[in-house]
Amino acid sequence: MTDAVRYRVRHETAYAYGGNVMHSRQLLHLTPRIAPWQTCLAHAIDLDPLPASRRDESDAFGNTVTRLEFDRPHERLEVVATMEVELKARPGIDPATTEPWERVRDDLSYTGKSLAPRKLDVARYRMQSPYVRVKHVFERYAQDCFPAGQPILVGADALMRKLHADFTYAPGETGIATPLMRIFETRRGVCQDYAHLMIACLRSFGLAARYVSGYLRTAPAAGAEALVGADASHAWLAVYCPPFGWVELDPTNGIRAGLDHVALAWGRDFGDVSPLRGVIVGGGAHQPSVRVTVEPIASLS
Amino acid sequence: MAADSLEFYATDAHRYDELRDRTGALRPHWRPLIERLTADGARAARSGVELTQRLIVENGVTYNVYADPQGKDRPWVLDPLPMILPAAEWRQIEAGVAQRARLFDALLGDLYGAQQTLTSGAVPAELPFGHPNFLWPCHGMTPPNGQWLHVYAVDLARSPEGSWWVLADRTQTPSGNGYALENRQIVARVLPELIRELGVRPLNAFFANLRERLLAFAPEGETPLAVVLTPGSFNETYFEHAYLARQLGLPLVEGSDLTVRGDTVYLKTLTGLRRVHSILRRLDDDFCDPVELRADSALGVPGLLAAARAGRVMLANALGSGVLESAAWLGFMPGAAEQLLGEKLTLPSVATWWCGERPALEHVIANLDRLVIKPAFPSQRFEPVFGKHLSATQRQRLIERLRARPHAYVAQERLDLSQAPVWRTGETPGFAARSLGIRVYAIRTANGFEVMPGGLARIAADTRVEIVSTQRGGGSKDVWVLGTSADEPQQLATSARFRVRHDDLPSRLVENLYWFGRYAERCEDKVRLLRATLAVRADPEVWRLAKEASEHFGVVRADPRIAVALFDPENPIGLTADLQRLVYCATEVRSRLSTEHWAAIGTLNRESQETTAALGEVVPPDPREALDRLLAPLVALSGLALDDMTQDDGWLLLVLGRRIERLQFLAMLVSQRLNASTLASQGEVEWLLDIAGSTITYRMRYLSMPRLGPALDLLVRDGSNPRALAFQVLAIEELLQRLSKSLGAASDRAEASLAQSLQPLLDVDLGTLEGEGHGAQAARSAFATSLDSLAAAAGRLSDLLSSRHFSHVKSDIHTVAA
Repeated sequence: MTDAVRYRVRHETAYAYGGNVMHSRQLLHLTPRIAPWQTCLAHAIDLDPLPASRRDESDAFGNTVTRLEFDRPHERLEVVATMEVELKARPGIDPATTEPWERVRDDLSYTGKSLAPRKLDVARYRMQSPYVRVKHVFERYAQDCFPAGQPILVGADALMRKLHADFTYAPGETGIATPLMRIFETRRGVCQDYAHLMIACLRSFGLAARYVSGYLRTAPAAGAEALVGADASHAWLAVYCPPFGWVELDPTNGIRAGLDHVALAWGRDFGDVSPLRGVIVGGGAHQPSVRVTVEPIASLS
Repeated sequence: MAADSLEFYATDAHRYDELRDRTGALRPHWRPLIERLTADGARAARSGVELTQRLIVENGVTYNVYADPQGKDRPWVLDPLPMILPAAEWRQIEAGVAQRARLFDALLGDLYGAQQTLTSGAVPAELPFGHPNFLWPCHGMTPPNGQWLHVYAVDLARSPEGSWWVLADRTQTPSGNGYALENRQIVARVLPELIRELGVRPLNAFFANLRERLLAFAPEGETPLAVVLTPGSFNETYFEHAYLARQLGLPLVEGSDLTVRGDTVYLKTLTGLRRVHSILRRLDDDFCDPVELRADSALGVPGLLAAARAGRVMLANALGSGVLESAAWLGFMPGAAEQLLGEKLTLPSVATWWCGERPALEHVIANLDRLVIKPAFPSQRFEPVFGKHLSATQRQRLIERLRARPHAYVAQERLDLSQAPVWRTGETPGFAARSLGIRVYAIRTANGFEVMPGGLARIAADTRVEIVSTQRGGGSKDVWVLGTSADEPQQLATSARFRVRHDDLPSRLVENLYWFGRYAERCEDKVRLLRATLAVRADPEVWRLAKEASEHFGVVRADPRIAVALFDPENPIGLTADLQRLVYCATEVRSRLSTEHWAAIGTLNRESQETTAALGEVVPPDPREALDRLLAPLVALSGLALDDMTQDDGWLLLVLGRRIERLQFLAMLVSQRLNASTLASQGEVEWLLDIAGSTITYRMRYLSMPRLGPALDLLVRDGSNPRALAFQVLAIEELLQRLSKSLGAASDRAEASLAQSLQPLLDVDLGTLEGEGHGAQAARSAFATSLDSLAAAAGRLSDLLSSRHFSHVKSDIHTVAA
């Protein structure tokens, strides 16, 4: 039984602009998130060329965001994030002991009474957000997972399995601009789409669900099956399951997030935590090349 | 007489009547207006109405897109009769609106900070968190002085019992105050004596204070610069943006006119980057910065949020202030006021239920017939639903929707709006009743929130219409607040350093001024060419060559129908296409154009649209008449360019544009004729003189039948003929010198190159051109070559101006993600 794993992660992004970029601003979410089960042992973001200014700050969701400004002409940009992270096994939760989903919903809904700051934090993740339109069809799709009185994690597990079974992992067919409804209709997508869809289903029941951006280990542990989505950044989600709090589920692989999942940042959806986004002045159309490797450097029992 | 005019003014027992009390007597504050209009007789009043409509058209007051040639620009609808409010009543409204503005400012601070109104339960967390304008990247920010709200507006309506109620709040980029000011200026021309006699409170001080407020953020020692940020000329209220910018004396800019370096916002001007201290924005929250907000926004300013976060720019209003624009907030405002201000709200709002609360939802379902259902968040797009208008099935479906996502819906009690008189035109002019609501504005000053003593009254299109909205074709009214001696003066002292109106011209504006000049001249040249050509149709020889020349310039398309050949909008270099470009450029520089200037553009646009619209008709437009109608406003533009504009750098470029265009056109026209194998006949020379508008000058100077030699002397060499090439070269030299002096740049060889190209044309003995022989033909051909190189030099100069002054205009912005 493995209790903890240490990983070395290397995330390289290279932009080859089709011309001189005169000015650029970039926003990075490339710093591991600190959590009870995740410790950051070392971390660096190397930039070439060097920016005119760099600031590392905390965003509204508690993630570290790196803001960059480049003010000299450049034709390419390389961003290399390296990190060493230690993951601890998370305590096992018996789904049957989580609260009935209706109680979770009602407990987060407005009643005119005061709301504990902890619950206010959870309430951020219940509503429609830019990439997660909450629609009636999602509620219908997930209806059979949430019968009356169903413990919330039992329902969420069932929904995850349903999505995993119904949808086909199809890299390259969708982009961040692909509407959720389209993915729902074609039943094909990538980790981002699986996560957004499951979040939309959960929120359509008034439940809280947040998007997690991170990485998967590249090569499977001895004897384990290879996971999907390991060659790039990965995404999954967390659902709020009192009395235990947030539980992370990976619908792309149909599993709970555990010792294979390194978390970078979380927010309402992809838009809050995209690993790199920015605006350049000049340059041309281009596709960045991205390489991610996640290697275990130690396994601790 | 009074009885006659009020014949069609029906009373309605369900509404408050602004004009008459329950006994049917005129309320005292309306009496002077009604008496004036009835005493003068219906005729005087009707001429007033007609004046109002004419002023609207002349001033080009529109609500929709003007720039889009295919678009329908809808003229603003203004009823000449004001809505009148007595002083005592106004004081209550004023206090209530100022209090509300303070409350919203405090609430924004709380929502983007400690969120105590959410933890206390005064406000549901669902309201901000579900609202697309709650911008998480702004959470934890503090705007300069902790002030979020600078401009606020509220829609009010009067209930049947006579008290005023809040219908909706505008906290993001409140619109309409520019229209309110324009309304006042028009009504003041229609009813000037009444405004004086009644002591109607003026609006000017309010706008002066707004300007002062924006400029005051600049630190000591810096020249203050505030701008009005517009989404652009395709926005439905662009007229207002341009108007407001002109009234405030601030540059009107688009996102691409601004750039953020480090944490500082700059305006790209002709003289380089200038720091911007404050932005009065008309651009929606989430479009303002593609780096951190909507990545797909091409309208925003990358880095604006970083500058705001660093407290380096004052935004009116702060980013994220749109979160309070939803009817869902209304019911929670009294609680928020108690918690944040420790005060009771003095202005009540229309009874509103947010369905996210279980008991509220049950109440709404039980009382659907009396209620209007609205979206809780602007991201849901549906029209308000009146419960009483629903069929049984529709009703059932609505209830299902409400139960499925209760937090997304709001229910409001219907309010029977009050009614006021409007002027009805037609066969029996007189007063008619229309329901109305008023929008009232507040701005922050050094002394707290100040409420504009007036407003924008919006009237329903029909007596029975239940919603007043400009989008739905209603109209507007000026709002008169009657003053007492205690009300004046209100304008705060202007700091000396704000009095200077500086010359901050956005580069994009200057580029558009330059092209405005070029297209105005190009259109005029083409109209003159076509007119002169049509005039020689009777002479087959001249006609053949003239037609060739017109075809050479691409002005005529091959089509047997002459009107189509001339005005076909599909011809990309035809007259109609150029007129459209001219109107487009004019729209882009609208904040710089006077009313008279704009009126000429309006006439031009109308004439052009009418002509093209008539092309397909059985009786097509008469081409010569159509050209004459176009020429008049084009000539007016030419005169206005000289006499009606401040002669700053933008003006210099506009006139340069005209001169360069005229130089190129005439040089090419004459060259084209000289390249023909035969000597120009008398008819052809007359034709050339006609196009160049120099017929009379020729006659006065030469007292002879037109001949090629003297004509060339007049059109090419004469430095005193404002149409001559030499005149253009001299004028361009002078303009370029003034420009480099003004910009502090070294004068260079651009003008020298023009003068060099002109020289060969001055040296030739023009007599040698006037012969039928081979030698004369060769001389003409050489002269034509010199004309071509002069035209080419003018083209190079234009390119040089573009690369020097406008190159940074095109900001080639891409968003990237990985």
